Amino acid sequence: MLVVDHNAIELGPHVSEAEVGDYIALLKPRVMSLVVFTALVGLMIAPVYVHPVLAFTAILCIAVGAGASGALNMALEGDIDAKMTRTANRPIPRGRITSGEAMAFGMTLAFFSVMTLGILVNWIAGGMLAFTIFFYVVIYTMWLKRRTAQNIVIGGAAGALPPVVAWAAATGSLSVEPWLLFSIIFFWTPPHFWALALFRSDDYARAGVPMLPVVAGPDATRLQILLYTVLLVAVALAPWPLGYFDAAYGVTSLMLGAGMLWLAIDVYRLRAGKAAARATRRLFAFSILYLFALFAVLLAEVVFRAIAPWVW
Amino acid sequence: MDEQKKQEGIVLTEAQLRSRRHRSIAIALALGVLVVLFFAVTLVKGPAVLVRPM
Repeated sequence: MLVVDHNAIELGPHVSEAEVGDYIALLKPRVMSLVVFTALVGLMIAPVYVHPVLAFTAILCIAVGAGASGALNMALEGDIDAKMTRTANRPIPRGRITSGEAMAFGMTLAFFSVMTLGILVNWIAGGMLAFTIFFYVVIYTMWLKRRTAQNIVIGGAAGALPPVVAWAAATGSLSVEPWLLFSIIFFWTPPHFWALALFRSDDYARAGVPMLPVVAGPDATRLQILLYTVLLVAVALAPWPLGYFDAAYGVTSLMLGAGMLWLAIDVYRLRAGKAAARATRRLFAFSILYLFALFAVLLAEVVFRAIAPWVW
Repeated sequence: MDEQKKQEGIVLTEAQLRSRRHRSIAIALALGVLVVLFFAVTLVKGPAVLVRPM
């Protein structure tokens, strides 16, 4: 049998045909949009006036930093991405961009985003952004992802940091409120990603990624989803009685939390057949709405207070 | 002689030339945005541009 190694017969120097769109895909635009939104909320709820140009600069740097993390993640995970249906169309597995090019692109963006945020806004924010990129790339991608089923629990901290960076950009300091936002995203990450992992567990098993459903099985994952959802609902509700966020937030959090809990119980209860698959997909979809709505109501409070202070 | 020299190097295809041009334009735009950003922040901060709290 003749086996052809396509890498071996590529003798000439590599000349890229990658389009701008391929590089934009490396930035994980959908993840970036959630990062921009949560960072915007972190910036807007800060109790100080931030000049719009500085606010724009901070959000832009955080967005580019998130994009850099995405590019570096893809540069390091080309082998995994090629084996998974969900990620096989990314630029590296398709052969549009090499891992080295993605690495150079990601490092350049990471450098410019951190330095620009540090120089133009402040170095606490710049340092926090550098730490966020480091945590996502080194701690999550390089260390945890291929080694432990707790990968997304610990790694989730990276995705939870953008509102903290944004608050630091606005105030030049850190206080309780941004860490409350951090906690909400941190405890939201496990039920969200484990719901995805439940209906993509074949993909993860093929790629050799030790996601919880692959390592511990679907039933243990369903229990963990339920436990983390209970924690999430409690953590997301706590800022209201503690007096950090208003009643509008509290009532929204209560209603959305009830929805999350209901769907998580469904995931725990329905364990086989189409009903189980439907319950998992419903929880995954609702979890996105949950986080978006919780942060949107915080943003709405700030906007209303600014344009109609007599209402609040 | 010149013609022979030209053919010895790497000859890019139309697709490679086009994508390289697009990438170059994108880099130029990104650098332009960076310049405008630094200029705008300098105007906004005025003399305080040199004060960067730690």
